[in-house]
Amino acid sequence: MIQARGLQKRYGSKRVLRGVDLDLPRGGFLVVSGPNGSGKTTLLRLCAGLALPSGGTLAIEPERGRIGYIGHESLLYRDLAALENLDLYGRLYRVPERRERIGVLLGRFGLWDARNERVSAFSRGMVQRLALCRAFLHDPDLLVLDEPFTALDAEGAELLDRELASLTGERTFLVATHDPHRLAPLASERLALA
Amino acid sequence: MTGYLADIATLARKDLRLELRARDTLPAMLLFVLSTFVVFHFALPQGSGETAAQGLLWVALVFTALLGLTRSWAPEREGGVFDGLVLAPCDRSAIWLGKAAAVLVFLVAIEVVALPAFALFFEPLDGAAVAGVALANLGICAVGTLLAAMAAASRTRELILPLLFLPLAIPLVVGGVGSAISPEPGRYLLFLALYDAVFAIICWASFEYVVTE
Amino acid sequence: MSSRNSRVPALAALATVLVGASLALVFFVAPEDADQGISQKIFYFHVPIALTAYACFGWGALKALLYLWRKDERYDLESYVGIHLGTVFGSLTLLTGSIWAKASWGVWWTWSSNQLVLFLVLFLFYAAYFMLRFSVEEGPRRASLSAVYALFGVALVPVSFFAIRLASDFIHPTVFNREGPQMSGTMFATFCVAWAAITLLAYVLYRVELAGKRLDLSVRELREALA
Repeated sequence: MIQARGLQKRYGSKRVLRGVDLDLPRGGFLVVSGPNGSGKTTLLRLCAGLALPSGGTLAIEPERGRIGYIGHESLLYRDLAALENLDLYGRLYRVPERRERIGVLLGRFGLWDARNERVSAFSRGMVQRLALCRAFLHDPDLLVLDEPFTALDAEGAELLDRELASLTGERTFLVATHDPHRLAPLASERLALA
Repeated sequence: MTGYLADIATLARKDLRLELRARDTLPAMLLFVLSTFVVFHFALPQGSGETAAQGLLWVALVFTALLGLTRSWAPEREGGVFDGLVLAPCDRSAIWLGKAAAVLVFLVAIEVVALPAFALFFEPLDGAAVAGVALANLGICAVGTLLAAMAAASRTRELILPLLFLPLAIPLVVGGVGSAISPEPGRYLLFLALYDAVFAIICWASFEYVVTE
Repeated sequence: MSSRNSRVPALAALATVLVGASLALVFFVAPEDADQGISQKIFYFHVPIALTAYACFGWGALKALLYLWRKDERYDLESYVGIHLGTVFGSLTLLTGSIWAKASWGVWWTWSSNQLVLFLVLFLFYAAYFMLRFSVEEGPRRASLSAVYALFGVALVPVSFFAIRLASDFIHPTVFNREGPQMSGTMFATFCVAWAAITLLAYVLYRVELAGKRLDLSVRELREALA
């Protein structure tokens, strides 16, 4: 699904990634760990297609519409309601049976009751849950998740655990985390950035 | 193709919905343009001639448009939504077109009030003048939206957009004023159409590079 | 790396010689213009400087296009240096044009000269280029934005030219009318020498600035790698 050799990323003279090798087969679950500033976010952005590498090779198999991404920001319009945000992305990603799918996801992440409220009124945990709905909305083949457990309360974390467990093996995951132990049971490969 | 147009419609609708909810940009632009007219009245000494006012109309329009353009990408900046749109499978130029279409709607909405107000305060506008405004709107929205996206990536956002936009707006002002005061407005209108065509194509082709890294 | 720049000192020497030669030709050999007298002499520098500025902007835009196509950072640097030089020569165009206007008509500025007005618009445009470049962090985003803006500049040149022509037709009718000087043989030869001198000077400056910027970049990368 993803193959990288000697991957480098530079911003001007600042080197963020210095030669990373990565192999993620279909159905795999790769956990990326490392301290702050080690380049986890940059690596994930490259793998999601949000940035281009400065050097090395990077081959990503799924095309743009088949990748789901969670970043440090929610990627949601604050002044639109939860339902409206998901409807927008649903249209852009050409999700079949859009309304049903949105309903299912909102229910699965416990946001159905808040569906008509604006994102600006959500707590951080709810925003993260909605972001997860957004990432899973189009049933992507590859999920690139940058610290997805951030801001989730115990219930939210449990919902995410359940979701990840149900999809492992069927979908491919690339997850960056501060806490590799949590995902240890699901992980099929590991990558530690210095 | 229908997917492309649908994407543009989806994005433009989203912007209209956001503005209807927030109701901050449109009223501000309207008040700004009307205040500017009043300032112009006091700025023009007696006997400046009718045609001076026509020129000032264009100053007002350009700066009012700038006011709206400065905030045009604000919703995308707030949630980091730019990334979300870039990740989506839609064509990047659709992002630009959707936003430009929404800005165009806002600008026209303002002008529906501003142009009659101008006719009331200063002097009437004939068909050629209005046609000039309409054609220039297209250029302003096309170029302005792209430049606003550039400015969004800059540290000095609100400061830099006028600097980027004004030199490119000069030909539009020439075309607009010319169509209002010249006895042969056809040439100026044609020039405006030419500007629109040339820069629309450039914007359409280059927006991809403005949003990707 | 040094072999790439080995010809530059020789070219610099040649440029100096040519500039010296053109100065000599302009002031001692070329005949004085019947109408304008000695002030016409500045034309020998004003026009080549203007043409060189256009060439620099065009070069910058070409490199910008190459950058967008190939995403090679070297093109970004070359584009930047080209535009930087273009702006320098553009400023000189405005300066020499202003001097010529003062000598010819007694005013430091006139809106009648389409050429001068065009350069003013371009100057404003490219000044904004630098403001944009310095307000974005270094990296591929800055390079892309600069490149797209440089391409806008190239489109702006003909569009502005027509706009200014249209404006002078009706909105601002020309008050002063200047015919291009009819050039005799000696005058034309002098003009060509001056043009060659300015062009070569521009090229040398381009290579020198580019080498300097590349060196600066290498030093910073080394510093980064060692840190």
